[in-house]
Amino acid sequence: MSRYLLRRLLIAVPSLLGISIVLFTVLALAPGDPFGELATNPNVPAEVGAALRAKFGLDDPVWLRYLHWLVAMLHGDWGFSFVSRMDVDRLILQRLPATLLVIGSSQVLALLVALPVGVLAATRPYSIFDQVANTFAFIGFSLPTFFTGILFILVFSIYLDWLPFVFRADIAATGWRWYWEMFRQAIMPVAVLGLFQGASWTRYVRSAVLDVIRLDYVTTARAKGIAERAVITKHVVRNALIPVVTLVALSMPAVFGGAIVTEQIFRVPGIGSLLISSILANDTPVIMAVTFVFACLVILFNLLADILYGWLDPRISYR
Amino acid sequence: MDERELRKLIGEVKAGRVSRRAFVGNMVGLGLSAPFATLLLSHAGVAQSAAPLEYKPTKAGGGGALKTLFWQAPTLLNPHFAVGAKDQEGSRIFYEPLAAWDPDGNLVPVLAAEIPEIENGGVSPDGLAVTWKLKKDVQWHDGQPFTADDVVFNWQYAADPATAATTTGSYQNVTIEQIDPLTVRVRFEKPTPFWADPFVGSIGMIIPKHLFEQYKGAASRDAPTNLKPVGTGPYRFVDFKPGDLVKGERNPVYHLANRPYFDTIELKGGGDAVSAARAVIQTGEYDYAWNTQVEDEILLRLENGGNARGRVEIVPSGAIEHIQLNSTDPWTEIDGERSSIKTTHPLLSDPAVRQALALLVDRAAVEAHIYGRIGIATGNFINNPQRFVSKNTKWEFNIEKANQILEGADWKRGPDGVRAKDGKQLKLVFQTSTNAPRQKTQAIVKQACQRAGIEIELKSVTASVFFSSDVANPDTARKFYSDIQMYNTNMGAPDPEMFMRQFTSWEIAAKQNKWQGRNTTRWRSEAYDNAFRAAEGELDPVKRAALFITMNDLVIKDAAVIPIVHRPVTAAMSHQLRARLSGWDNAFWNLRDWHRAV
Repeated sequence: MSRYLLRRLLIAVPSLLGISIVLFTVLALAPGDPFGELATNPNVPAEVGAALRAKFGLDDPVWLRYLHWLVAMLHGDWGFSFVSRMDVDRLILQRLPATLLVIGSSQVLALLVALPVGVLAATRPYSIFDQVANTFAFIGFSLPTFFTGILFILVFSIYLDWLPFVFRADIAATGWRWYWEMFRQAIMPVAVLGLFQGASWTRYVRSAVLDVIRLDYVTTARAKGIAERAVITKHVVRNALIPVVTLVALSMPAVFGGAIVTEQIFRVPGIGSLLISSILANDTPVIMAVTFVFACLVILFNLLADILYGWLDPRISYR
Repeated sequence: MDERELRKLIGEVKAGRVSRRAFVGNMVGLGLSAPFATLLLSHAGVAQSAAPLEYKPTKAGGGGALKTLFWQAPTLLNPHFAVGAKDQEGSRIFYEPLAAWDPDGNLVPVLAAEIPEIENGGVSPDGLAVTWKLKKDVQWHDGQPFTADDVVFNWQYAADPATAATTTGSYQNVTIEQIDPLTVRVRFEKPTPFWADPFVGSIGMIIPKHLFEQYKGAASRDAPTNLKPVGTGPYRFVDFKPGDLVKGERNPVYHLANRPYFDTIELKGGGDAVSAARAVIQTGEYDYAWNTQVEDEILLRLENGGNARGRVEIVPSGAIEHIQLNSTDPWTEIDGERSSIKTTHPLLSDPAVRQALALLVDRAAVEAHIYGRIGIATGNFINNPQRFVSKNTKWEFNIEKANQILEGADWKRGPDGVRAKDGKQLKLVFQTSTNAPRQKTQAIVKQACQRAGIEIELKSVTASVFFSSDVANPDTARKFYSDIQMYNTNMGAPDPEMFMRQFTSWEIAAKQNKWQGRNTTRWRSEAYDNAFRAAEGELDPVKRAALFITMNDLVIKDAAVIPIVHRPVTAAMSHQLRARLSGWDNAFWNLRDWHRAV
């Protein structure tokens, strides 16, 4: 097991290196420059932009810039943002709470919807409940979040005027009022993301449970006279959830990565909106840091999912 | 009325023999606009009776929270590092310049005790120096006094190339000296009619010496105050999250009585312009939304919808959406560059073709169907302030006439309907950035051209490429590797000097200056160059304005560019909010006067 772990971690190093090279090259090849806005302002002499580019090393060859970045990264220095002129790690840490809150609760909501609905639908396949659940699941994951997000704003903020549609990281209130305000502003983004994710997970849970429920050992359990409830929770769900756990573990990096579109619509100051604004501003160090952290998390959670899989299903061994 | 008579009349006003009101009335009678008449006076040195936003509150504070929404969020709060307007706006909450620009392009004192003029000895008659008297008893938010030292320091800070300030251009060719603790003198290397550049408006915000002193030059990035500003402004710093939020609270020792009105201010960033306008006009969640440059149709729908809680405010600015005609050949490569100055355009060098194209741009349709209130059809390149606007140009949309001109110049229609001459077909590539209103404008132009026998191929380039200064990319506006192109350019300051540089021969964008030159059309005219040189050193405001009008007319007459619409500044405001916006300065230029009507 430890040898397996070590091997996986060692494999991760070249893949991370490869990812970083690809990311850096793609960003370097992409058009645009962080001081482009200066270039279109007739009151700023052209030399100003050129001097800034030179100072921040943007005119160096790509490989040299990559080496600088890599060495700094190995020293734990994430670089600093061209547009904010502050350290990238501080910038990211500032955005983390909002992302964890919104995306985290949306994943919880997704699980809370997907598990009971999926299991119930699978135990009564093709019943009315199953049909309705299926229909909603299809609608749920066919509608993109940018559509449902705007739809929610239109209905709940503009026509009904119940909820605010601008998410604010610091609310000027304390105690219960703070929680209430936070709850009110988080409902829409959490619901949009949670229901979208929940819809597709419902389908997974349903099919996983359906696979297991027909197996002989379930019939045996029933034949032994065990209550249906116990059969489902102890014998069926437990085994059916093994692939679902992997799926959930693999989607965990997304919690840190944020939801680019939804964060933009609701103005949630999360990592996703940081990433998109950095891309629009060509702020390479921030884009590199966010995408690189994301890549690390994907690799890490992949490993975690594999380990979890073996723990849940002892028949799987590591070599 | 000619120049001499006008001067005589202005002289009478100065001497007090004619009242300001009578003068303005007289001028209006002559067909001039009232603001233009007032400006004539102010630029001839007649003190202006300030008629600013009426400020009703009788005490500071008590206004609650002011909530503003910016679809682009500030990413830093040091005005000398500001990359775009968004950063300047964030800084402007806390920092102030010596003087600000009002909507009519006049200077309003902020940290200055008065506006320098020739009459009060502030502006030297030779145009080589300006003396600013600073306001007394102004304090930084941390209680330190604001003095001439701070002003001098800002020049040293911004002029130092190692600081990497974006404002450095305004501070490099001047020297600043302290006369006494409340007086500074700005010295220019050559006579400078437009002296109100350093320490004025959006690039003139002043940062405190005592907090930035150790962070001048290469260490500038490490200053903690880059993110926690300490200024003189109406609001003190509370919190800042780059790209998301700026918060401030009322400055209890603000240097102007009874101001500011609001207890706290919040600048929330992100999202898009349409939903920002929605949050102000429709739901009333916010008091103010910045720069709502969206199609007027959408704004009208929001405003006219039932129980609208806000309105759209529109103020004139110097922005102009225009078409540029390439003077050089974009399809022949010489010494590694296309659109080289050594070539001439095979089709557009014919004046007839240029005149025909100018007649084929249906500006009225573009205004009516695309921009509405936020794009007004124009035949001029300079559209504001009024004193610089030419009355000699006119525009029309006339396909018939365009056909006649082309016919007269021997451009004959071929079997495919496209005109040709000497085997060269009238086919042009028209590029612009990807942006819905621009693509619609392109379509309108293309249709009209088709009816005149000119074939237009449309091309749109992503904005981040089109406007970038990337030397390696062939699709930038600077390289102009196509026949015609269209975009919006902004004058910024209420003086066209920097703006009109873009037609001078020494600014031509070329390989040797890495296409950094401002003159993208590569249009050259000796008359223009001379007029520009003259204007640079002309200290008489009336003559100077006349020179810029001449330059505008030269460019228009030769159709180096075809202006389409000039674009005012727009913002959404709640019905109660009272704020005066300016097209020449930041939205927050007079934030101290913002209040709510009760």
